This record gives sequence, structure tokens and C-alpha cells, in this order.
Amino acid sequence: MAIKKKMANKKKKVARKSNTKSKKKIKSIKKKKKVATNKSKIATKIKTKKPSKIIHLDKNKEITKERGKKMSTETVKGGVSASLDTSHLKVPFPFKKKYGNYIGGKFVEPKSGKYFDNVSPINNEVICQMARSDAKDVDAALDAAHEAFKEWGKTDITTRSNIMNKIADVLEKNLNLLATAECLDNGKPIRECMAADLPLVIDHWRYFAGVIRAEEGSVAEISNSQYSYNIPEPLGVVGQIVPWNFPLLMATWKLAPALAAGNCSVLKPAEQTPASIMLMMELIGDLLPPGVVNIVSGFGLEAGKPLASSDRIAKIAFTGETTTGRLIMQYAAQNLIPITLELGGKSPNVFFEDIMDKDDAFLDKCVEGFVMFNLNQGEVCTCPSRALVQESIYDKFMEKVIARTKAVVQDNPLKMETMIGAQASVEQMEKIKSYLDLGKKEGAKVLCGGDVAKLNSGLENGNYIQPTIFEGDNSMRIFQEEIFGPVVSVTKFKDEAHALEIANDTLYGLGAGVWTRNGNIAYRMGRGIQAGIVWTNCYHAYPAHSPFGGYKQSGVGRETHKMMLNHYRQNKNLHVSYAENKLGFF
Amino acid sequence: MKVSATPTALELIEDLKETHGKDLLFHQSGGCCDGSAPMCYPAKEYMVGDQDVLIGEIGGIPFYISKTQHEAWKNTDLIIDCIKGMGGMFSLDNGTGRRFLTRSEICVPEGTSLN
Repeated sequence: MAIKKKMANKKKKVARKSNTKSKKKIKSIKKKKKVATNKSKIATKIKTKKPSKIIHLDKNKEITKERGKKMSTETVKGGVSASLDTSHLKVPFPFKKKYGNYIGGKFVEPKSGKYFDNVSPINNEVICQMARSDAKDVDAALDAAHEAFKEWGKTDITTRSNIMNKIADVLEKNLNLLATAECLDNGKPIRECMAADLPLVIDHWRYFAGVIRAEEGSVAEISNSQYSYNIPEPLGVVGQIVPWNFPLLMATWKLAPALAAGNCSVLKPAEQTPASIMLMMELIGDLLPPGVVNIVSGFGLEAGKPLASSDRIAKIAFTGETTTGRLIMQYAAQNLIPITLELGGKSPNVFFEDIMDKDDAFLDKCVEGFVMFNLNQGEVCTCPSRALVQESIYDKFMEKVIARTKAVVQDNPLKMETMIGAQASVEQMEKIKSYLDLGKKEGAKVLCGGDVAKLNSGLENGNYIQPTIFEGDNSMRIFQEEIFGPVVSVTKFKDEAHALEIANDTLYGLGAGVWTRNGNIAYRMGRGIQAGIVWTNCYHAYPAHSPFGGYKQSGVGRETHKMMLNHYRQNKNLHVSYAENKLGFF
Repeated sequence: MKVSATPTALELIEDLKETHGKDLLFHQSGGCCDGSAPMCYPAKEYMVGDQDVLIGEIGGIPFYISKTQHEAWKNTDLIIDCIKGMGGMFSLDNGTGRRFLTRSEICVPEGTSLN
């Protein structure tokens, strides 16, 4: 019901006309921006941004309005087809024809002059062109970041916090535009973009803006004349490689804590979804000193590898898969720098028999909890892609979840009523198909779905997979490997011990779900499952205040939560003696 | 577990050898995003060791998988195919417009039966 309410509010907001009345303020901003491009004045620029002036918001409305006017001439050649029309969302087509890299506070051409086509998974039509960067562009971005770090690393916490709060405000004012961009770039349903992705993005900026204000170092009194002061310090310039499943949210998970901790970043978005982050930088770029955030688009081999292996980064953060994770660790070993890795999972979602003790709202919630494997088309590292259902309720519960799965609306992701959209790329769709094929060969029973979804009305070329439920055994590969699609593999368990055994019989340990009316079972299972996050009577909750990360082969380190700050910081220990007399050794 | 390659995959391997030299290796990935993709690297750039299993060669290139993943995947043979696409992270197929894809068939481990 909460989702329904949110969706209704979003619709109202979409319909609301933007209020623009601050042209004078915009002029003053433009003047300020010119001044601020001088690198030596970074500190001055930060200090001149008074929190009381919410000029950026008004200005931003204007940006949106101006972009709308420009778009009629700046959309891809010949305009986009009707299936990519965004007018019903009351926002202009969000993308420019072409994007360079965002380096040193401005968009610059890739040094090679090369671009690549960015397609929308909705129908695989080209929506814009992106810089095809190489090592030279990465170097330029690192130059800008190192230059910016001289000042940014020393800014006071209040200043950084205020800037991040302003970023959140601007993103909030442009929520619908950014959500539409994310939908077009990634293929996820617009309602998820509006009710989940973007609100979480905004919340993460605000969380880290807030948490650094409340934080402080520590002092230990070693003796009455010796004190040990612990002061957190930023690492410097960090490299960040972002996946394609939540382009803006994953970028924010990495950028917000890094910036809050005082670092500068060179970030590479995935080549499958490179555009929405550029729109975000268009909107928030001038709130930050030039060079603090640099975005270099391009291919992994050509741009990601030079970044990950550079000896000019102080840390590398990566979300992806295990083989590349190992390679990134290798590069980090060669440079002796820290890493954080998030490498996926095969998350168990465990349903105990007592959930069916009553036919009530909670049971309905459990049914939804099962069907959560469809969120983001299953392209979530914590997708509940293994469901374990107690055998005593198996038939009755499965009847309910199959019916609910069949009711999932699959259509153009730009429609507000669509619940499942397009897989992010053709090759991802091919990979999922290969697993649908394998599941059948392994002898798993298809309870629903099981194939590519053929959609019409202009979506014939898009990447659509039917929500699929397989019934089988945990030893099958469809139970052991993250398919990263709307595919769940279900098996039965006898009792709690059996459930725990199956839940932990996996190489990974990122997320898990436990559904029961019994608090003791919930606690024991929660502690027993070897995973970084165990959702109890809920699933797919990603508030900034909950840490996210994996056990076993799911990765190293955590993201989100204030503990993330220490993945982007050094500790400076100042050990001070206030005694006048020598020790007496020499 | 055995590994083989389709003619189109063998063609791509030959093209990669021409660009990057013959000393290459494959490592089967797992996990999310591009997980399950077979990654191809210059042999000197990717460290393999006791925790990996060499399951065969395709196009004269050794193909490795981690020991734990081998255990989980042991009932399947891998067929490396080539499809259109641009992903692949740091794998040498990245950006060529083609990429490797792992397909699978059920196999029977030596000394056991499917039942």
C-alpha cells in the first residue's frame, strides 16, 4: 500500500508544473561559475556558497525548462521513436545527442575523438553517443582530481556537508527527469525509478551529509601527560567502477561516502548504462569545486583497466563479478592500495510454515516478498533468486506466489503501471536465456514463465524475459549461480536445520530473507545464515543507514552506512607528550 | 567438466590472438553483473594458482575456473559461444562488438550416474 501511495504522489508531482521565477539569480550564478573555474579559487568558491541561498534549486528548475526547449532540436537524429516518448511523464527527453567526459568541472571531448552509441534496452534504439575514453582521458581525470584534492581534502566538514545537502536538494527537484533518464538508460520500470532508485540516491547524499556532522575522532588519555588523538583523514584520489544495474544509486553509494570523507573521485560508469550519470553531473556539477568528481565513460578494457591499475589512485572500489574482482585485487596488490569489492550473491529467501497460520496482511506481505525476485528485472546482486519453502505449506504457498508472479505487468518501462521492464543489455538477455535453457536441461520444473517475453507495440527489439519460477534442487547450477534475471529457483525444506543447511550451501553470502511469525526462529536463522544482510520479514530494503556487503565470495568491505567512511579514510594518530622530562634511555 | 568452443568463438579467439598475441588465458567468472562470463586475458596479466582448475583448452588457450566454482558446476560441460555485445569488463573481447558467452550442457562426472 505504501508503494501505491508513493506512486500516486509521484503522479501528482509529475503533473505539477514547475515554478520558475529566478532569472536574476541565474545570472548571478553564471557569473560566480566563471570565477570559480579558476582552480586557485576552489576554497573561495566553497565558502561563498551560503547555505541560506537555495539559488541552485530555482536555477535548476530553469535548467530543466531550458533543456526542454533545447531537446526539440537536440534529440538523436530524426528524434526517438514513440516507444521512447516521455511526454506523458511531463518531462522532456532527458538526453543530449552526445556526451563527452566530465573532467575538471566541465564536459570535454575524449582525447581520441571517439564516441560509442548508447542504446536503450527498451527497444535497443540509439538514444545518445558517449565518449569512448582511453588511458589518456583517465590520466586527465586523475590530473584534475589530484589538483582538486589539494583544497577539497582540507575543506571543513560543514562545508562538505552543506554542499552534499544541496546536491540532494537539486536531485530531488529533478527527480522525475532523472528517473526518466534512468528508465531509458537501464530499462527498469519508471515507477521503481521514481519510488526507489532516486529517493534512495537523494537519501544517501543526505545521510552522508548528516553523518559527518555528527562524527568526531577520539582521544585516549595514555597517562596524565600523554594523549593519543585519532583524526580521520581522506585517502586522496580514489577510483570507482560502477555497475549497470542501478547506475545512479551505485554511483551515489560510491561517491557520497568518498566525498564526505574528503576524497576526490574518478568514476567510470558501465558502458551499458553510461548516460544518466552525465545528466546528474549536468545538474549538480557546479555545486562542487572542479575536479572533485570526474566521470570517464567508455569500455572496461580501454578505460576501466587504466583506472583500476593506475598508480595514482589511493583506493579502488568495484562492483561486479568474481574474476574481475580478483584482477582488481591483483592491481591493488601491485599498488599496495585498499579495495572494496561487491561481487554478487545467490541469496536465499526462506519461508517458514507459520506464515500460513493466518490468511492476513502479513501472509500477503510474504507473497510479495517471494515475488521480489522481479524487482529491477532480477538484476540485483541480492536478488532473492533461491526460495526455500517449508514442505508443509509448499503447495498452498506456491499456488499464491505463482498467481502473484503471473500478475506482474510486463510492458514498456516508461509506463507507470509497468512492474517489470527490460534487461539492461542484449548480452544480459542472452545470458539469462542460457540459464533458462540450462535449468530445463538440469531437470528443473518450470512453474511459470521460462522464456523470452515477446512484446509488441514498438518493443519487439527490446530485452524482455518472462518472470520465471523453477522448481528443483539446490545442487543444480540454477541454484548456485547468480542468473541476474527475473528467475527464482525454488526448493522445499523439512525443518529449521535443513533450511539453514540449504541457505548456506552456496559460494556467496550477500543477502538473505527470512519470513516467519516466530521471533526466535527469525533470530536464529538471521544469525545462522552466512550473509552480510539478512532481511527479516522484509526484502530489498536499502536505506543508507544499513550496511551492505558480503560474506564468502560476495566481496570485501561494506557499502552504505557510516562504517563506509572508514573505507575511504586513513586514521591519523597524533601521539603527544606534554611532559618536560626525558625518558632516560639515552 | 569439459570445455569446448563454437566456430564463432574460435574465430574471435583467433582475432584476439592477432591483436594481443598468442599467450592468452580464459578464466570463468561467477557472481553478479557480468558474472558467468568467460573472461579472456593476456596470460601474464592474470594470476592463476592452486585455487584454480584447468579444465581444458579452446583455440589453444587454457581455460580455468576457480576450484570452488568447479565443484558447484561440475555436472556441466561448458560450451563457449560468441554473441554480439559490448560488455565483458577487462576481458579482451570488450569493445570488439562481440563477446564470449558460456553455454552449458549436462555431463556425467566419471564414476557416477545422473540418478
